[in-house]
Amino acid sequence: MADEVVLLGFLPSPFAARLKIALAEKGVEYEYKEEDLRSKSPLLVQMNPVHKKVPVLIHNGKPICESLIALQYIDEVWNDKAPLLPSDPGLRAQARFWADFIDKKEMIWAAKEEEHEVAKEFFDCIGVLEGQLGDKAFFGGETLGFVDVAVIPFYSWLSVFEKYGNCSVEAKHPKFTAWTKRCMEKESVSKSLPDQRRVYDFKVGGILTKLPIDQDL
Amino acid sequence: MGEEVKLFGVWGSPFSRRVEMALKLKGVEYEYFEEDLQNKSDLLLKYNPVHKKIPVLLHKGKPIAESAVILEYIDETWKGFPLLPKDPYQRATARFWARFVEEKCMPALFNCTVAEDRKKAVEEAHETLKLLENELKDKKFFGGEDIGFVDIVADFIGGYWLRDIQEIVGLELLTKEKFPKLCEWSDEFVNHAVIKECLPPRDKLFAFFRTRFGSKS
Repeated sequence: MADEVVLLGFLPSPFAARLKIALAEKGVEYEYKEEDLRSKSPLLVQMNPVHKKVPVLIHNGKPICESLIALQYIDEVWNDKAPLLPSDPGLRAQARFWADFIDKKEMIWAAKEEEHEVAKEFFDCIGVLEGQLGDKAFFGGETLGFVDVAVIPFYSWLSVFEKYGNCSVEAKHPKFTAWTKRCMEKESVSKSLPDQRRVYDFKVGGILTKLPIDQDL
Repeated sequence: MGEEVKLFGVWGSPFSRRVEMALKLKGVEYEYFEEDLQNKSDLLLKYNPVHKKIPVLLHKGKPIAESAVILEYIDETWKGFPLLPKDPYQRATARFWARFVEEKCMPALFNCTVAEDRKKAVEEAHETLKLLENELKDKKFFGGEDIGFVDIVADFIGGYWLRDIQEIVGLELLTKEKFPKLCEWSDEFVNHAVIKECLPPRDKLFAFFRTRFGSKS
């Protein structure tokens, strides 16, 4: 039976982008449906009745909600190619810890009222992640791993954070910047992430400036 | 075997008790270290520099932090008494509900003890419990016939923590009337042969909460 995979997402959502990257890495064909979050589709509400948020991965009619949970699901189901989590339990624990870290920090910065506070939290988080990356090419080692996929979607939001923080990411965090460039060299990443300009317009210059950057929007 | 397992925890914390439950269910021997959160040990700060919190599990000299991450590590390292199911979809479902308990139920329940509009806070807490009750359905435990991942993460609700708080503060949160299945589940939980050994001493916990919450009415 052919797999039927549908992804409900929202263009600026870094959480939906995580799943796009993972599916691309694994060569999984899927149908993408863009949600209008001001007017959620009946399908979204049916598939994620608890939170009514994106992304939702629907595999053969069954929904998987919450981006990190769906990432693990993708890794476990399509386990023949491009593993996201390593096989060693200790390293898996580290990867889960750091993915959880960014999500915890995201909840903090998304709740801040002042733009400069949002930027400060975000850049503090990047600083810690840079320390964790060290001299590795990727968090996953030689190739993209779970943490890389979890973090890189925020690349699309860098113009927004730079504006909020009145700074240059490259100047502040050169290692992180180099890592983003390595990630963007991969087609699975570059084709999955929205242009920084579009996200900037959405958040800073666009109609939906009041939309909070909530987990899973 | 030289595979030392150490756990840094706090006697009254549902988070560190979760880890003890998992270890005991799997028959893993460990050495326990009680932390004083007002005066954190150098070891704790060394092993969890990012969050500086308990629980921290130390295995083969390597620290793992965040209770949900620790639980998955334990499940992957010691194969007896699996906490998560084998099927990827069921695993995703268990992870979803565990996260729901942590991110929605527990904050909503705690909020009832501090919110100015107590009636509204209680209604919101009830909504989260209702979803949990619906998920439990007619199962003995969230894990099915025996304790599983979600049961352990929901220890705050199933164990004496919630019961004591609601009695002391004068809240009607987990009631037989509104949540008959959850109440039945919590009785099974506290009477489970292994779980009951992992719960904090009843009198001590009650006294702790009475001091903590005083007589708020």
